[in-house]
Amino acid sequence: MAKAHVTTTVNGDPVEFLCDAEQTLLDVLRDELYLTGSKEGCGSGDCGACSVIVDDRLVCACLMLGVEAEGHSIETIEGMANGDQLHPLQTKFLEHAALQCGVCTPGILVAAKSLLERNPDPTEIEVRYWLAGNLCRCTGYDKIVRAVLDTAQEIRGG
Amino acid sequence: MAATSNGKANGATRWIGTRPVRPDGVDKVTGRARFGADVHLPNMLVGKVLRSPHAHARIRSIDASAALALPGVKTVVTRDDFNDLSSEFVPAGEMLVNYRDVVRNVMAREKALFEGHPVAAVAAVSEKVAREALALIDVDYEVLPHVLDVVDAMAPDAPLLHEDMITAGVEPAPTKPSNIAKVVEFKLGDVAAGFAEADIVIEREFSTQPVHQGYIEPHSCIANYSEDDQAELWCTTQGHFVVRGHCAKLLGMDVSKLRVTASEIGGGFGGKTVVYLEPVALMLSRKSGQPVKMTMSREEVFRASGPAAGTRVWVKIGMTNEGRITAGEAVLKYQAGAFQGSPVQPGCMCAFAPYDLDHVKVIGYDVLVNRPKVAAYRAPGAPQSEFAVESVVDELAKRIGMDPVELRLKNAAKQGTKAAYGPTFGPVGLVETLEQAKAHEHYRAPLKPGQGRGVASGFWFNIGGETCATLNLGEDGTIALVAGTPDIGGSRASLCLQAAETLGVDVERIRPLIGDTSTLGYTFLTGGSRTAFASGMAVVEAGKDMIRQLCERAAKVWDIPVEAVEWSDGEARPAGSNAGEFDPLSLADLARLAGKTGGPFVGRAQINAQGAGPSFGTHIVDVDVDRETGRVTIERYTVIQDAGTAVHPSYVEGQLQGGAVQGIGWALNEEYIYDDKGRLQNPGFLDYRIPVCSDVPMIDTVIVEVPNPTHPYGVRGVGETPIVPPMAAIANAVEGALGMRFMDLPMSPPRVLKALEDARIAEAA
Repeated sequence: MAKAHVTTTVNGDPVEFLCDAEQTLLDVLRDELYLTGSKEGCGSGDCGACSVIVDDRLVCACLMLGVEAEGHSIETIEGMANGDQLHPLQTKFLEHAALQCGVCTPGILVAAKSLLERNPDPTEIEVRYWLAGNLCRCTGYDKIVRAVLDTAQEIRGG
Repeated sequence: MAATSNGKANGATRWIGTRPVRPDGVDKVTGRARFGADVHLPNMLVGKVLRSPHAHARIRSIDASAALALPGVKTVVTRDDFNDLSSEFVPAGEMLVNYRDVVRNVMAREKALFEGHPVAAVAAVSEKVAREALALIDVDYEVLPHVLDVVDAMAPDAPLLHEDMITAGVEPAPTKPSNIAKVVEFKLGDVAAGFAEADIVIEREFSTQPVHQGYIEPHSCIANYSEDDQAELWCTTQGHFVVRGHCAKLLGMDVSKLRVTASEIGGGFGGKTVVYLEPVALMLSRKSGQPVKMTMSREEVFRASGPAAGTRVWVKIGMTNEGRITAGEAVLKYQAGAFQGSPVQPGCMCAFAPYDLDHVKVIGYDVLVNRPKVAAYRAPGAPQSEFAVESVVDELAKRIGMDPVELRLKNAAKQGTKAAYGPTFGPVGLVETLEQAKAHEHYRAPLKPGQGRGVASGFWFNIGGETCATLNLGEDGTIALVAGTPDIGGSRASLCLQAAETLGVDVERIRPLIGDTSTLGYTFLTGGSRTAFASGMAVVEAGKDMIRQLCERAAKVWDIPVEAVEWSDGEARPAGSNAGEFDPLSLADLARLAGKTGGPFVGRAQINAQGAGPSFGTHIVDVDVDRETGRVTIERYTVIQDAGTAVHPSYVEGQLQGGAVQGIGWALNEEYIYDDKGRLQNPGFLDYRIPVCSDVPMIDTVIVEVPNPTHPYGVRGVGETPIVPPMAAIANAVEGALGMRFMDLPMSPPRVLKALEDARIAEAA
């Protein structure tokens, strides 16, 4: 079967790619566009390491087909910093040592950004439930939750 | 040394004990860091593995002709491509591997020994074609009876995995083969005499299920084998030198012709100390003449890598009415999986290590079952045996109405204690962790009705080993630090701090790199909590080597004897007024003068690090049990552990927190579920449920610092001990909440609910 031609927006830039019908958005990001910041930890939507934002909605890129990206706007970890300025979440994750191996970190940052855009003043419980779809095996989540809460406070001007 | 809660060292250090941003941090928060699967090479093929659908089957024949005929398929590899290897044990972390078994684990030979055992592999132009090709490989199996349970596997009529397996460690040697690979025994004193002194003796039997390390990054590698028999391998591993050795052995290569680069590693916990895909990818690349990338799916990770051993542990402990433990005895039966080599030996060594006992006897059985070969998992073997011992100790404390921390303090191992496995402890921090526990606000905080509190201690011995490091001084006075131990959780930060402390320079002037296998001498893997300790020692030695050179050059510039030069605060200075009056020469000054004074500066160290100090910890946990659903909720958790010296306290805290939460998963949820054909039913994160963010509270930490005298800055490994106490601490807390002791893990909702219902029925009857 011929490959599909897809026109979409990735991190604000117009992007075109060809993909097989069964290729996931994650396959396309990683293997066609070489945006390898989104990770495949499970391929079944259970670990959140491939979290991306599609039109303001947080999704697992492994659960969406590449062809479904047509006409949508996709935001990945590679688009999180603003030029040479890290996003406040990125800075706080570094300050709080909220990562060890770092493989879940891109997905967690994307998910946390999506949370703070909806809820600038989340409680600890709200952070924990929002991030419940993002597995981290190294940290025990403590420093991650603290980093997110601290970022929220900083963005609010506290 | 006083215990402190912020992990700061004794104040005499400038960099040790500080918390700079890790040097690899920005790469990790921007998606720039390259992990195992993040690399693509031109002309690259995709490799996939065909795995046995049977738990135990003889492989009569393999026909790959149809697969090879499929357009886009470049080559197929089977058992016929690997030479058989003789039995030879080599170290892999705290465990040993046998090449005869490694070659069979990588690719099944006579038999498939577990569901998921590789039987063939294919390289094709795309993943899609590779998958289609796998379906075209025809394997003729003779299905055999299988055995999964450790006790069943020890029965005389059990199906045999290896028909020639004669139990080692038994005199006289058995004449008949069995699934028992090895029996080990550790003895101290005379347990019969010890039990005779006891007023109370409690014996119990415990079981634990296999649990997976659960690293989020699946195994992945790219092999690029060239026509002149040299090869490059990029892979996610805890030890690229070990990978090089294993692969060279399996492919019949000189190690010098195989250059292995460790990618950033997305978690390992012991599970990435062995090889699975790497030799297969190299063989596919050799046969196809193209680079081959292989990545496991999560399902493959569960079916064919790891896990930690499932176990059956019997424990008997005697105690006087005053709370003095008089004897401890245990029998450990550990699943090895399809090949020998369970961590039963470290399990035996650690079982009673937190106690100062005169009479100990521990016997361990290494037992083969039709499951994936176990791999190291964080303090391999210790969580299972210490779960059993720490549960019985709690029961003993409750029996005489003594506070469980008090009972442990009364019997705690300390400096001078002779451990049953041989060594006499130097300075160790168990007593300090117990004192901190007793004094901690958590330990005195009121519990709500229906909640329970538990404590348990834990021990891991830690290792050192062969380690190299290099410091390359740049012409502007900045330094490239090259280490050979993959950085799994922030060790580059710790190594830079140790180098900065030694040289007296700003840590920001040091840039670390994990060198590939051609840039450094042999360096053992990241495991045994050895990296901050052993690579740290090597970095300090390399720093001293560089200081020697710097002082020599300063002596040359000043035309004074080298003995008259001292290195202080990152500068060469005349040592005292007799040496003469000279302005200090900084690292940058000397770097600039290098070409005129004798050439470049390189500090090197090649060491076999000895004297890894053991680490003890004590955990406090509060639980709430939902009597309607059987769910155990962790309400509060405190980890107290001796770090020797916390080099970067944030990452020490991170180890304590992460280990505790892995232990929470082991205690409450994680287990492998097999059907009656020996097929794994829950090979995914939905059904094999590791703790998620909403499952756990904040994990408080207290870092105790009893310096390790053999390390220049007092470092002990900290990574493994934190997974040891949680299972018993939580079981002891659940006992406190329900008055019911769980001796079988996990304490998952169905099990807790069943126990509650059984108790209700018993009460009604």
